[in-house]
Amino acid sequence: MLESHWQHAFFDYSSSSFADLLRQSSPHLLPGHREQPTPDGAEPLAIPHGTTVLALRYRDGVIMAGDRQASEGYQVAHRRIEKIFKSDDLSGIGIAGAAGPAMEMARLFQTELEHYEKVEGENLSLEGKANRLGQMIRMNLPMAMQGLVVVPIFAGFDERAGVGRLFKYDVTGGRYEETDYFAQGSGGKDARDSLKKRFRRDMSRDDALRVAIEALIDAADEDLGTGGPDLLRGILPSVKIITRSGFSDAPDEEVRRYCEAVMNDRERL
Amino acid sequence: MPLPYYVSPEQIMKDKAEYARKGISRGKAIVAIEYRDGVLLVAENPSTLLHKISEIYDRIAFAGVGKYNEFENLRVAGVRHADVKGYSYSRGDVSAKALANAYSQALGNIFTQDIKPFEVEVLVVEVSDVNGSKNEIYHILYDGTIEDEKNYAAMGGQSDEIRRYLKDNYQEGLDFAAALTLGVRALMVTQNKALTERDLEVAVLDRSKERRKFRRIPPEVLHQLLSNLK
Repeated sequence: MLESHWQHAFFDYSSSSFADLLRQSSPHLLPGHREQPTPDGAEPLAIPHGTTVLALRYRDGVIMAGDRQASEGYQVAHRRIEKIFKSDDLSGIGIAGAAGPAMEMARLFQTELEHYEKVEGENLSLEGKANRLGQMIRMNLPMAMQGLVVVPIFAGFDERAGVGRLFKYDVTGGRYEETDYFAQGSGGKDARDSLKKRFRRDMSRDDALRVAIEALIDAADEDLGTGGPDLLRGILPSVKIITRSGFSDAPDEEVRRYCEAVMNDRERL
Repeated sequence: MPLPYYVSPEQIMKDKAEYARKGISRGKAIVAIEYRDGVLLVAENPSTLLHKISEIYDRIAFAGVGKYNEFENLRVAGVRHADVKGYSYSRGDVSAKALANAYSQALGNIFTQDIKPFEVEVLVVEVSDVNGSKNEIYHILYDGTIEDEKNYAAMGGQSDEIRRYLKDNYQEGLDFAAALTLGVRALMVTQNKALTERDLEVAVLDRSKERRKFRRIPPEVLHQLLSNLK
């Protein structure tokens, strides 16, 4: 024995991590855990996928937005799915990829942050949260190899730096910080193209909302899997705003107004 | 080999209980008071960093008196219990009753099996939903004894006197300010100086809050509230 038993308290870093607690107490609840491996060469399952989510920085923080559709191949699986989740008071997670595992990961991540906050008595830094999410995506790697890819984007307000920041991930858990904007999912490329043209540094809240919504409409235009605003059914993109004072939903009327404005502009073209 | 001395089990338990009680009575007291919008917790605690009152889950709070490292261990165990349960079922399935039972089991086992009992008492408090159910206050003692209390609870040093004061002065339907006055006055019963915001740790389970009902009252706000009382 290298260390005597009182030293244990110093080496047990995992005591404030919920995911590590689950690994010890109930590993079957962890993402990436499988009782039986799928046989090699089996067809990947047709399951719902979340499509387009985006995040962009603006003057007071970050805006996250996502369309509301989940697609299963060429079929619409859900029309009103929510893809942007509050992870704590100052950050949010936007999920893209296999919807089931992605939502499970978002829930685990929320619990992880809250657990840390309660046990330690203070919040994780934004950097710490982003790293933690990367580790969770890496846990999911075995499932990603079978086609259940989860690639969220993470954005939040960094209290220490006093700015909004956003992060993208790859399937191996690689974490990359973006300085201005990013979009992920099947319509991610189209949304990025749109953001590239429209994005300006230090936009006002109103401008940033319009740019975000326009990017989603562009993605829905070009990508089969992404759902556009459905004004008849009243299905609007979900738009969240994260600033120093917290995480909030952009009001429906405002989102509807911007959707209509963008679509009216298109009509005249 | 010398034979160990025989000590009767009765004597062992008595000694342990006396030992634990002595440790607890040296500590400072905590009171919990039900008020109109939830439950108020007031502790005498000069430290602003080492808490005696903490959040466990959405509607559940924890308070401990006695040895810090011991009730801190219990608190973290409680957070773990609640988070795992809430994650595997749903947030609404986490209850103070199950948690209080777990504390009671743990403290009971430690008391009978370990050489040294925990010198702690804990309160587990759950604020009711809006739909008319009752608040729950569980008081768990060093030997695993569990009691459910109504309207108010007190524990720690000289808690009998404090409880008597609360019994004489408590009324139903207090507003926040009145509950705070009552709590602070109750803690002052056993001392001859006035308590200020520097000596107190105050938190509430506030029914009107969204999801996580636990809220600490920061010292500046407390200062304001206490100066209004005078």
